[in-house]
Formats: sequence, structure tokens, C-alpha cells
Amino acid sequence: MGGQAAGPVPTDQHDFALWEKRVDALMVLCGEKGLFTVDGLRRALEDMGEDAFECMSYYERWIAAVNQNLIEAGIYSLEELGARMEEVGRRGATYGEAQNREAQDD
Amino acid sequence: MPHDHPSHSHEGMSPSGHPYRADNDTALTYWQRMEIAVRELLVEKGAVTPEEVARQIDTMDARSPANGAAVVARAWVDPDFKARLLQDASAASREMGFDIGPLRLIAVENTESVHNLIVCTLCSCYPRNLLGLPPDWYKTRAYRSRAVIEPRAVLREFGVELPDHVQVRVHDSTADMRYVVLPARPAGTEGLDEAELAALVTRDSMIGTGLPRTP
Repeated sequence: MGGQAAGPVPTDQHDFALWEKRVDALMVLCGEKGLFTVDGLRRALEDMGEDAFECMSYYERWIAAVNQNLIEAGIYSLEELGARMEEVGRRGATYGEAQNREAQDD
Repeated sequence: MPHDHPSHSHEGMSPSGHPYRADNDTALTYWQRMEIAVRELLVEKGAVTPEEVARQIDTMDARSPANGAAVVARAWVDPDFKARLLQDASAASREMGFDIGPLRLIAVENTESVHNLIVCTLCSCYPRNLLGLPPDWYKTRAYRSRAVIEPRAVLREFGVELPDHVQVRVHDSTADMRYVVLPARPAGTEGLDEAELAALVTRDSMIGTGLPRTP
């Protein structure tokens, strides 16, 4: 996107949420362990097209790209992901409630 | 913020029973569900451990622009170190305990006639070992698009007005090659020691969207 026209640079800053830091950590760890490379991350990001940059936040794009690379690498299947995401959704209405399985028993 | 612990049974709740952590008390999003699912599957497949994830977050949280400021201040007071920094910034920052791993780090020096600006037009590559996580604006479409075509206009938005005779050089980072700006030492700082000098070095001055403070 370098060189394209765009508006003023937004200067809002947010503290990184726990889930965002976890996405970042997962990317670093997957790279260290050789599951996929930062080039794989970038390819998946670029494949999303420009709409993704308008509709998704930074770490939303990252988790989508991390997930795509892991599925391609055969770490888990699309079915396993879908089943787990559904299960996570049943744990509670907020990230705090859904973030770990122990939370269900609280 | 009150102390909280990931395994605490009232995660995200204040003592009065109200949620206080913004990231945890809003409605669970599709992408958050994906993060949880991906992390759990990675753990179950034996690819990562929860401890590794927690440790990585701690490492990330411990990095801040203070690392970069210490490197810049050292370069300002020690000409030999400055020469090593400009020669091989990966090695020079490793010397000070800020390891960048296998990545190549290049320090670019601001002078009376050259001002350097760093961007990553592809994504968000950034010298994290020296500056921590990039600010939100660094990752925006606006910054990444415009830094390379109208850097002076972008700099003006950050309050940096450069005289016409100063050449602006824009450096586009890559996954394997990162840049950090070595800002020019401000005038009137001759009597300051290294720690006092480091306090003048801002994050933005090391990205090129700002200048160091003056004493």
C-alpha cells in the first residue's frame, strides 16, 4: 500500500488487550518453532485484500493469518477449529469468561 | 489496576463484582474466539505451552523505548560505540543486552542535512528489541501509504517542520531488516551525563516522526 493516497495519520493509541498480546505471542512462538514464517504471515495478510484493512483491526488480521498458516501446515484441521470456536462461544458472553476452559467451572 | 491472575476464579471482575478489564468485559468477538481456539489447539497438539505464551507476553511487555534511548545516549557520548552502531546495529545493541536475534538492524543517523524516517509499507516491521511494540499509527494505512510519497506532510502532522535544505530519507523495513533512527544530539546538552541524555530520547525520535527533547 506504500504510495497510495490516504487521509491524515490517526494518532489514537490503545493499550493492547490481552487477546491481542496473545496473538502476537503466538505468532512469535510459531515462528521460533518453525511452524511457519513471517513471510507466510505476510502472504496471508496480503491475500486478504484491501477490504480487510478497512473492516478488521490489526490483530484480527493477524489471528486470521496465523490460523490460515497453521491449517495449511496441517497443525490442526478446519473442522477442529470450527468445533473449538463453537465450544468457546458457549462458555460465556465475554472474552474473560470464554478465554480458558477452567472458567466454565467457576 | 488491581492485581489479577489468569487462573483466578473471578477473572476480569472488580472486588464489587464488576468487570474492570476493557478487553475482557466486552462481547466476545469472532476473532477473539478464534484466538482462544487456535491457542488451545496449539497447546493440545504439543506445539506450544501456556507457559511459553505467558513468558513471551512478559518479554514483550518488558521492552520499551527506554532500551533504544539507552543505545542512542551511549552513541552520543561514546564515538567508538557510535561507529559500531552505524556499522552493525544488531551487534551494537546486543552489546548493551538488547538482542534482536537473527534480524539485521540498521541505524540511520540524523544530521544537520539529513533526516531519516522509518516505515513498514508492507505490514508493521519495527525494531521491537529497542522500542517495544509499534504504536497504532505506525500500523495504519494512512502512515504506511503516505510516509513514502509525502514524508514532509506526514512529519508536519507530527509537529516536525524541517528546513528545505534538510534531505528526508525514508526507509522501508522488511521482515528481516529493521531500522532505527539515531537522532542528532540536541544543542546545549554538553554537560549532561548518559542517563540524562537518554531521558531526552523519545520513541518517535527513533522512528523519525519526532525530534529529541531539549533540556
